[in-house]
Amino acid sequence: MQLWKKAAAAVVITGAAAGTSSVWAQAPKAGGTVHVVVQPEPPSLMQGLNQNATTNMVAGNIYESLLRYDEKLNPQPSLAKSWEVSSDAKTYTFKLQEGVTWHDGKPFSADDVVFSLDKFLREVHPRWRPIANNQIDKIEKVDDLTIRITLKQPFGPLMLALEPASAPIVPKHIYEGTDYRANPMNNTPIGTGPFKLKEWKKGSYIHLTKNDSYWLKDKPILSEVYWHVIPDAAARAVAYETGKVDVLPGGSVDVYDIPRLSKLPNTCMTTKGWEMMAPIAWITVNHRNGILGNKQFRQGLMHAIDKEFGKEVIYGGLGKEPTGPIASKTKFYSDDVKKYDFDQGKAKELIKASGYKGEPIKILAIPYGETWNRWAEAVKQNLADVGVNAELVNTDVAGWTQQTGNFDFDLSFNFVYQLGDPAIGVARSYVSSNIVKGNPFGNVGGYSNPEVDKLFADAAVAPTEEDRQKLYTKVQQILVDELPVLWLLELDFPTIYRCNVKNLVTTGIGLNDGFRDAWKE
Amino acid sequence: MPFIRFAGARLVKGVIVLFAIAILNFFLIRAAPGDPAMVLAGQAGEADAVLLAQLRERFGLDQPLLHQLWIYLKGYATLDLGFSYRQEQPVLTLILDRLPATLILTGTAFVISLVLGVLLGTLAARRAGRWSDSLITTIALVFYATPLFWVALMSQIVFALKLGWLPNVGYETIGAEYTGLSRVIDVAQHLALPAITLGLFFTALYARMMRASMLEIAGADFVKTARAKGLSPSIITRRHIARNAILPVVTLAGLQAGQLVGGAVLTETVFAWPGIGRLMFDALIQRDYSVLLGVFFISSAMVVAFNLITDIVYRVADPRIEVAA
Repeated sequence: MQLWKKAAAAVVITGAAAGTSSVWAQAPKAGGTVHVVVQPEPPSLMQGLNQNATTNMVAGNIYESLLRYDEKLNPQPSLAKSWEVSSDAKTYTFKLQEGVTWHDGKPFSADDVVFSLDKFLREVHPRWRPIANNQIDKIEKVDDLTIRITLKQPFGPLMLALEPASAPIVPKHIYEGTDYRANPMNNTPIGTGPFKLKEWKKGSYIHLTKNDSYWLKDKPILSEVYWHVIPDAAARAVAYETGKVDVLPGGSVDVYDIPRLSKLPNTCMTTKGWEMMAPIAWITVNHRNGILGNKQFRQGLMHAIDKEFGKEVIYGGLGKEPTGPIASKTKFYSDDVKKYDFDQGKAKELIKASGYKGEPIKILAIPYGETWNRWAEAVKQNLADVGVNAELVNTDVAGWTQQTGNFDFDLSFNFVYQLGDPAIGVARSYVSSNIVKGNPFGNVGGYSNPEVDKLFADAAVAPTEEDRQKLYTKVQQILVDELPVLWLLELDFPTIYRCNVKNLVTTGIGLNDGFRDAWKE
Repeated sequence: MPFIRFAGARLVKGVIVLFAIAILNFFLIRAAPGDPAMVLAGQAGEADAVLLAQLRERFGLDQPLLHQLWIYLKGYATLDLGFSYRQEQPVLTLILDRLPATLILTGTAFVISLVLGVLLGTLAARRAGRWSDSLITTIALVFYATPLFWVALMSQIVFALKLGWLPNVGYETIGAEYTGLSRVIDVAQHLALPAITLGLFFTALYARMMRASMLEIAGADFVKTARAKGLSPSIITRRHIARNAILPVVTLAGLQAGQLVGGAVLTETVFAWPGIGRLMFDALIQRDYSVLLGVFFISSAMVVAFNLITDIVYRVADPRIEVAA
């Protein structure tokens, strides 16, 4: 089935579901307060200007985008009530919700959407900018409650790019004609979302209160949400155990604390809500550095790394071993690729055949907590076992981004989001056009293959899902053979919470979609 | 030397030292890898060249280094500590916001450690060689040698998690909105664990120093003379030994007092105490240069000020001492 027909079918289905059925097994109780951990403290709550994970998590309650997504990443109505796709898959028309107001009481309209997508995000957002500049011909207002996006060519991933973190809708009346990054209103965000910012006590907490004028009837159900800033991972675990907080979002506590915490009374755990992000942990290989440019050597390393140990021991049994560059939760995944078992004998053979002479290989650990340090140590040991002279390099976030962005590493740990579609979240790490010195999140390893570039480019704009699948299967086979990076694990980031907090994770974006549907028993 | 002249000369020296520190800090911070734009990109897991250029322009990092230094020094000369573009607030506002929490924590820990340290040190010295002396010195050694973060985490597990007596993190109960006496009690409950944890380390230090100092003084000739005159042991201890023995403790306390405003990075981090220590630590991780420089400046100003005060207290505690300017 063609992509736009599937999308159109989804409108009918989701529109009906939103209008008629209830998602609750029991009647929700209005009111209540939920306490959630947020760490690190977000630098800003102005979504769009800032892409930090915690900005998106808190501000996902304040701002909204045109669409939400279910667990299978099918588009659902949000600020867009419905949508239509033209038969040539180049024109998308979105009907907007009626009766929506900004938190300052001003009415929301198509002007805000056009301003956000065409002006604001095009200027400030590194994920939206290439889509707007390369794929979109024009974004226009049809009437006060209708907008139209016309593409230069069919681009199926557009429907997955309209999520809150990639394309939040911001108020035109506050940002038009201003220096966006210097706008004083960035400290007091005004959105259309279910919650408003009441207070941000820096270093302590962020307090959100219910938006009484929210456009969706009877939502939100909770009265208040407090986000607690607790810098130490062990102290966060104790804060949950002592009842100070109700929700530990994914990544809040060290993985070795998860089994203990998840067994506490009145405690639930879910790995859902990460379908859109679907992070994969990998080791970036710097192809410029001597032996690392040799495919046999990289294949030897892949056989040398005990990925099962990494998953079961280092990462607490959470997640799934990846087969290649596309996560199994993401569209166009294929496991029809070469496999690399943990086989030290084969690793030694390949490394010997590559001509490796014992030169030191530096492993740059990612500075995101104890788990990652342990993982880097385990990989160093794996490499030493097959005769590779590996050294560990530790640094902080600033050091890591600088070294990675300046290509100053041999092997570097990282984890990268898939963002729902390979055209958005996968291609960026492997295509030649994204080798840009100074940018730590491009193709920093410097892998370059014209065939891979073409396959990714063609797959992004191929008209049908079948066509896209064929191209992505082919590119997965090439990449897994050539190993531009060494994939380690499809990461799970479980959310731990009190079982009396209901409907906490209801979409494929999880907590980043806010607490709109959540309630407390 | 007349007191006014002495104090004036020290003040001028202090100002020169402060500006030297300010310039040194400016270059030291920039010698660390990365910059605020890189950190924002790193924390977002996403960036492109356009975004990094926009952020650097916003942070003023696209200007020549000497121009940045000039802007910074010009601001400091007028007591303008600059603006944090990461937090979108003036640095002084951020520091003043965190100051009360820090002063409550470090001030309480300071008082606990000074009072307990001097008392325990005196007690141990008076009972030197007995079991109570051994007990005090052993406990002091244990707390002095144990890493602060470990004591902090253990205290959370024992007193917050197992016994449920005290909250483990934060400054107050978030969302409770207590006022008046209820709020004072609530803050005091939150303060207990971090203040005692921080205070124990310094208590141990003061106790050991007081004991050693008292034992040394106890053998001095003037103490023997006092005994020969027939003065009672308590008067000898109080008037002759303790007053002299406390001088090194005063020196150390002066240094600690200078750091009161700088906060306690480890304690504030583990207990999620929203003070200046955490502001500084976060700013370091985030390469938030203006905040970091602001905190450094205030901290060094306090150290310089308290050194001056220590010298004055010296004069009062021991009039024989003539402190040269």
